[in-house]
Amino acid sequence: MAVDLRTKLGTVELPNPIMTASGCAGAGRELAQFIDVSKLGAIVTKSVMLTPRSGRPTPRMAETPSGMLNSIGLQGPGIDAFLRRDLPWLLSRGARAVVSIAGGTVAEYADLAGRLSDAAGVTAIEVNISCPNVEHRGQVFACNPDSSAAVIEAVRGRTRYDIPVFAKLSPDVTDIVSIAKACVSAGADGLSMINTLLGMVIDTETMRPHLAGLTGGLSGPAIRPIAVRCIWQVREALPGVPIIGMGGVRTGQDALELILAGASMVSVGTTIFHDPSGCARILRELEEELTDRGVERLADVVGLAHQPHAATGRTLSPAARVGPNSRVRRS
Amino acid sequence: MTHSEIDAQAGPVQVRGTVLTVRRVDAYYAMTLVAPAIAARFKPGQFVTLAVGGPDTSMLLSRAFSIHDVRPDHGGTVEFVFASRGRGTRWLAERRARDVLDVTGPLGKAFPLPRDPVNCLLIGGGYGSAPLFSLAGKLKERRCEVDFLLGAGSGDRVFGALTARRVGRTAMITTEDGSLGSRGLVTDLLDQAIHDGRTDVIYACGPMPMLRQITVLARRYDIPVQAAVEEAMACGIGVCMTCVLPVIGSDGITRMSRACVDGPVFRGESVRWDDVGTIPFDAFGAPGWEPRSRRAAELRNGHGRPGDSPAGSAGHAGSSGGAVSGGGPIGGGSGLGAGGRGGRGGRASGGTAGGGSAGGGSAGGAAGRGGNGR
Repeated sequence: MAVDLRTKLGTVELPNPIMTASGCAGAGRELAQFIDVSKLGAIVTKSVMLTPRSGRPTPRMAETPSGMLNSIGLQGPGIDAFLRRDLPWLLSRGARAVVSIAGGTVAEYADLAGRLSDAAGVTAIEVNISCPNVEHRGQVFACNPDSSAAVIEAVRGRTRYDIPVFAKLSPDVTDIVSIAKACVSAGADGLSMINTLLGMVIDTETMRPHLAGLTGGLSGPAIRPIAVRCIWQVREALPGVPIIGMGGVRTGQDALELILAGASMVSVGTTIFHDPSGCARILRELEEELTDRGVERLADVVGLAHQPHAATGRTLSPAARVGPNSRVRRS
Repeated sequence: MTHSEIDAQAGPVQVRGTVLTVRRVDAYYAMTLVAPAIAARFKPGQFVTLAVGGPDTSMLLSRAFSIHDVRPDHGGTVEFVFASRGRGTRWLAERRARDVLDVTGPLGKAFPLPRDPVNCLLIGGGYGSAPLFSLAGKLKERRCEVDFLLGAGSGDRVFGALTARRVGRTAMITTEDGSLGSRGLVTDLLDQAIHDGRTDVIYACGPMPMLRQITVLARRYDIPVQAAVEEAMACGIGVCMTCVLPVIGSDGITRMSRACVDGPVFRGESVRWDDVGTIPFDAFGAPGWEPRSRRAAELRNGHGRPGDSPAGSAGHAGSSGGAVSGGGPIGGGSGLGAGGRGGRGGRASGGTAGGGSAGGGSAGGAAGRGGNGR
């Protein structure tokens, strides 16, 4: 039995829930050497900005226990090059393109949304309002409900009606639910969480900060429990809003954990750095995990951890994991 | 060597490589993996990345190593050299025959080869010399003359001195402590090597300060340098954007280029060695950098006005986290030797360029790009 892995990215249906995480897969081209990018739910691009951007000085990276810090600073060639080169390439490969956008001002976000709406073939827009690698903390829109809402409202206003807009949230806030609600009220069709957490490493040899940018975004399995918590809280408060979950997913089982917390899609990021074909592996593993549990449809387990024990016990108790002849298996 | 002719245009592959041997070579380790698909695609100068630590490891970044050589036995083997310095490389050093590793390669741009039979000087710092021997083989196939100039902090850190003497027309060795060859830095002997060998082309691999110095000296003689750089890498395949350095393109524009896919081999004079570790103000996309497109004109005329960002901190749209200031040139020699740690701060500044082994045998060389010390 093949598990029905189809999922809904707002109004758009995807064949499966596994995507790349923004900033960890470029625009898909490099990964295509190792996997068929059309087989993933979608490719979420590295955040695109209006103009080319050089990013931060090196060193930009530090390995940490079960994680890493990055301090890239949104290096990229800008929207013109993206529309000329990257988007057509993704479409030519049959990949679904979820385009992440980042800006310094509300107007920049709106312009980017307009440019992407004019181009054919954009599956969805993920609005990166939470990149920690910017000069001022005040520029992280996702730290404040009002500024988050301002960006999302402007983006939604300029985006074609049939392109879903997802707001990417930061876990580095006092109350992620209030930010999530502000984004949804402002017109977000869904939410992506979580972006990296702001961290720092000091080199005990040089006795100086390791990263040239001083601070960086923490990613990897170290932050997975935080992702699960954020997804859980937002799902609890806004049960009807689709969520793209990300944060330290390394295996299909990790992906399932985020799905149980409430994510309908799961992005894979840091894992790609040591396993270029990791997304394809995780998709395979997720299907196996669901099969093992006798689950026929992915949609049946999205947010299932929120159900009272009585409702979940039958399908997810250890007793149900007995293999192909399990009594809960319906076909 | 003939293996590399097969399928030379094909891209990298990710495979399960079986460990054939791990052996000590002086201060280093050499690991041979059975990985026929990588061996078949290999060209000198390319590298592999390895996942380290096993499936439940807390070490998430791949480790990058220059390929030392490929051989046809067992269907195709790949050998690389590393120093056991950080947790990742210690783990690698503990692997035994028949262990299986997740390996990706061959990655990066190879050394370009001359069309005509010319005199080539191959310079290596520390185990940065590892990729030079397969290169020498290729050059000799083209009837080029090959001279070696190898250096390190001490004799046990000069990788391949014997092979260099066997393979090269000449081989000069230099160590900072004088324990092998002459005392000093490779750059001390560069003038002599160029004169003696009537050098037409230089191939160099080693710490950044060494490569910088070689480029400066070679320019006096108008000799082209092909330099394989070391930069800290997380992925090795071009997606993470951590291994960038300022490189001048054929259009004259400086871009923050990825060492892993745009390099690791660069023309020496195209790299802005003194600006490594910084974002030069005139780099493509640097703060204040002016785009020339029509769209940019529109931007200046209307949008992007300050005041519509949170906390009123809009400022310049292109600002990128204190980019210009940056640290000084990274001390590549010590930097990657220690896995990127201690890279800045100039422990291995220009003065130690030759062996690049200031700070204790840290002449990493491109061999360990970003991975060797971890």
